[in-house]
This record gives sequence, C-alpha cells and structure tokens, in this order.
Amino acid sequence: MSFLDIQEVRKAYGAQLVVHEFNLPIAQGEFVSFLGPSGCGKTTMLRMVAGFETPSAGRIRIGDEDVTHLRPNQRNIGMVFQAYALFPNMTVAQNVAFGLKIAGKPKAEIDARVAEMLGIIKLPQLGARYPYQLSGGQQQRVALARALAPKPKVLLLDEPLSALDAKIRVSLRDEIRSLQRALGITTIFVTHDQEEALSISDRIVVMNEGRIEQVGTPFEVYNFPRTRFVASFVGTLNLLRGKVLDAASGRIEVDGQQIFAGRGIADLKTGEIRSAALRPEAVTLAATSSADRNVMHGTIDEVHFLGAVIRIRVRFKDNLISLDTFNNPNIPPPVRGSAATVSFAREDVMVLEGAEAA
Amino acid sequence: MKTSRLGAWIAVIIGALYFLVPLAATVEFSLKKRRGEYSFDAYAVVLQDPRFLQSFSYSISVAIATIVVGVLIAVPTAYVIRLRLPQLRPFVEFVTLLPLVIPAIVIVFGYLRLYNSSSWLPFTSSARATDLLLVFGYATLALPYMYRSVDTGLRAIDVKTLTEAAESLGASWWTILFRVILPNVRVAVLSGAFLTFAIVIGEFTLASLLNRPAFGPYLQNIGANRAYEPSALAIIAFIVTWACMGLIQVIGRGARGSSAGTR
Repeated sequence: MSFLDIQEVRKAYGAQLVVHEFNLPIAQGEFVSFLGPSGCGKTTMLRMVAGFETPSAGRIRIGDEDVTHLRPNQRNIGMVFQAYALFPNMTVAQNVAFGLKIAGKPKAEIDARVAEMLGIIKLPQLGARYPYQLSGGQQQRVALARALAPKPKVLLLDEPLSALDAKIRVSLRDEIRSLQRALGITTIFVTHDQEEALSISDRIVVMNEGRIEQVGTPFEVYNFPRTRFVASFVGTLNLLRGKVLDAASGRIEVDGQQIFAGRGIADLKTGEIRSAALRPEAVTLAATSSADRNVMHGTIDEVHFLGAVIRIRVRFKDNLISLDTFNNPNIPPPVRGSAATVSFAREDVMVLEGAEAA
Repeated sequence: MKTSRLGAWIAVIIGALYFLVPLAATVEFSLKKRRGEYSFDAYAVVLQDPRFLQSFSYSISVAIATIVVGVLIAVPTAYVIRLRLPQLRPFVEFVTLLPLVIPAIVIVFGYLRLYNSSSWLPFTSSARATDLLLVFGYATLALPYMYRSVDTGLRAIDVKTLTEAAESLGASWWTILFRVILPNVRVAVLSGAFLTFAIVIGEFTLASLLNRPAFGPYLQNIGANRAYEPSALAIIAFIVTWACMGLIQVIGRGARGSSAGTR
C-alpha cells in the first residue's frame, strides 16, 4: 500500500502541457528521486505535491487524505529549497522553531525539539547565529532541520545541493540520506544530477519533456535503461552507429568492423542503420578474446587523467568509445595516436529503439 | 587617483555648501531679533507660543498615523504584486506616482466634493473624521515614496521562496506578511517612513483647506506676520524633525540586529 500516491496528474499552462499523466505510488519511508534535465517537469511535479501548483487533472493522496486541493500550509509537508530560504531576520534556533510555533506547540516542547534538531544536524552551538553568518552547507542543514522539526508526513527536497560546492555536496548528500533513513520519512528529491540520484535513492523517476521515461532502482535504471533518453541521460554512454548485417544474431558493422549486440535485437531488420549503447565500464583496453566478447581495433584519440581513474577515448573511423581504467602507477597511460584494441561483452551492447537514416 | 579624489571632495563640498549655506543663513537671521547683537529672543517667542507645541504635536501624531496607514497599504500591495500579480506592476507603479503629478490642491478639492457634510460619507462633518481624512490624504501624498521604498526592499529578498518556505511550515498569509516579509523589509519601510514624516510635518495645502491645526499652516501664519520668528521656527522644526526621525530609526532597529538577504 502506497503512502504518497500521485494518480494521473497533469499540469498545463495554457495550451502547454508540462506534466503528462504522471502516475507514481511511493511507499512509506521510501526515498524517490525525480531526475531529468531542466524543463522536464520534475520541479513542477514536486511543487504540485507541495501544493504550490494545482494539478490540471489527477489526484495526489498523502496517507488517507486527498491533498490535491489543500493549501501548502494544510498538507504537513517539509520542504527544502535550492536557495536555502532561511528567514534572514531570525536566528538559526528561531528558524528551526518557526513551524513548531505556527503549530502552537508549548515553549518547552519547542525548545527541546530545536535542541534535538540542531544536535541531529551537528550544529548545536550555532542556534544564536543569523543565517548570513553561516556557510552555504550550514544554511542548508539548518533548512533541513527547519523542515523536519514539525515532523512532516513527507519531505520534499528541491535541488537542495545544487548551490553547494562539490565536496560539501557529497557529504551533505550522505547526511540527508542517513537522516532520512533514521527518521523513516517519505522523501522526494528533485535533481538534474544523475550521480546524486543514483547514490541516494531507493527509486529513481527519470523524466523528460513532462513524461516519466522510466521508474526503477538505481541499479535498474543504470544497467537496463528502457529508452534512448534514459540510456544517454543516466551515466556516461558510448553510442555506436552501424549497419545491421544479420538481424537474427544481432551482428552489426561499425566502421568496417563486426560486432554482436546482445540486447535490444528483437526488432532489428537486416540492412537498417541503428545505434547501440555501451557503458564505458564495460569496455576493456585489451583484446580479451572469447566467444561472447567483441573486439575492435582503433587508435587512442584522447587520454584524460582524472586521478584514481584514467578516461581513454578510442577512435575507430566515425565512432568513438570512451572507457575508464584505474590508475596504476606501474603502468603509464597510453599515448595519443597509438594503436589500441578494445573488447566488450556482447551482452553489454544494447541496440536502441528506432532505425536511423543511412 | 589623486585627481579623482580631489574631484570627489569638490563635489562633496559643493553639495554641502548648497544645503548648509541657506541653513546657516537662516540660523544667523533667526538670531538677529535684538538690534546690534545675536540673541535667542526669536526662539523664546516661538517656544512660549502655545500654538507652536499644539500644532507641532498635532502634526507628529498625524505623521505617525500616516506612516501606519502607508505601511498597511504599501507592504501588502507591493508584496501581492511582486508575488502573485507581476503583470499589474506597471499599472500599480503608475497609480502610485499619480500624487507626484496631481497637485495637493486638486486632491483636497476632490475630497471636499466627495466627503463634505452632505455627502454619503461625511468625513468633514466632525473634527475627528476630518483628521482621518487628512491622514488618508497624507498617505496618498506619501504613497510614491513609501511604495517605492517597500518595493525596493522586497526586490532585495527572495520573496517567493521565503513565502513558500513559510507556507510549507504551516504559516498563514498574515503570519507570512507580518513575521517573515515585514521584518525583512524593515529598513526599506523605515526609509519610506522618514520621507512620509518629512512630507507631513511641512505640508500646508491639505491641512489648511481642511482647516486642521497642523504645523504647516502655523508656519505660514507666523511667516506672514513676523520677521525673525519664522526662521527660528524653521530651525526648531528642522531639529525636532531630525530628532523624531532618529527616534523612529532607534525604535525600528531596536527589535533585532542587522539582517542579510537570502543568498
């Protein structure tokens, strides 16, 4: 039984439909991310759950209550914004206490809850400071404490990490997840950062142009993308364009070399031009020869040293393949322009939907 | 570098002279009541006149009432326009600028026609009701300054996100307006209040034609009948007005330390 249920929700601004038939049941305590590029409708959907936008059609239920037409202040939700949105005229403690005061809680209860929340976000000594005296990361933790203090039914996070620098983003991401697990609060997290969504979520909803492209666990979405959009948006992806030589066996010619595709070959037709997806981590920079592996020969086009990982780009004729290898101090990275052989399993080659022009 | 600093100093000195020379001349003239020597005789005459204190305290009361009415009109209006009806902004800005274009005499004659004792809303039929009409009139005259100050203050904060944050925490519109928005535009409201105060203290037309015992008509009356006292009066009014503005600032800032906008 779902706790938060979004049923056939649509949102239109005039003639422009920005969210199409959105259906999503979310279980109690689940952490769901809405992932997609700018303008895909993920924030609009979140704002409809929060009550800041009214759906053009459909229903939203939280627990046993239909909240579709309730005002935001009647929904008992906690929301964290990208821009922190702490009240500048109030101290940290006053910010955290705000929702509790509105709810008319007794002073002793408010003080105890504020102290508890400041302890949870590891800022117990900063209660008397004003928001402008805090760093971005601290402000966002206070915003999280403020949203959670009144014990909301649902926590909504609208790109809360986007304004922070990379290191703080990772640490706060982990803090949010462990806090969410500890409290068991149903959470929706909006982001355009696929790494964030993959690392933090129980399930990911990949959205594009107002539609759900795929719903699944991070493992499912990354490894088994259903559409070309999901395949290209989630993770780094190599796209190989080639001619189908044999539809039955999935044999494809790419830049004069023959490979076999293991997935997405059901609707192939011999002679058509198709694109196939291949993850960088599925590719090995060596001719590992076996019956179920493809081997291709090309030249090193680019080498990016990223510290622990070296990203190598191999060029064939028109197609390129990127692959990642771990940095080994005993083995220097390959030199640009040198010959290279790559291999990858047939099962890792997924032919994407739709034939292309020759 | 040095040339630009010299230029800046010259500009400051010219600006200061522009304001200070007339003030100094007025002070000097106000001290000349006794022939051949400087004295405070003119000040003594003014301060001993009971009408001075009456008219000045009356104008201060009206100014404070005007500030309250102005804040109650300008803050919710500017807030709603910024948050919900941005398309109406040019129209509202035009309306708030009208008092600068329409002379006070036109406004007061309009009031007298609309609200005379035989009208359906006879504001001029009693002194208290006329006071109310005067306050509303002053709020209209000060609207361009109050509205623009508040609007500028609202521009400096993220009104939409702060409103949504408060709303998601269960706050009603009134709570958001008075506990979140107003405290964060306090400095802007104060600057609007200063201007309103200054306008009301010296205003003559509305008070005179509505026959209210305000400081403006008193100043005009003294000026028409005496030589040195009007200058003394102007200086006293100048000092007391600045003292009142300082007091407003102290009261306004008393509640909290400084605050910064959302980042």
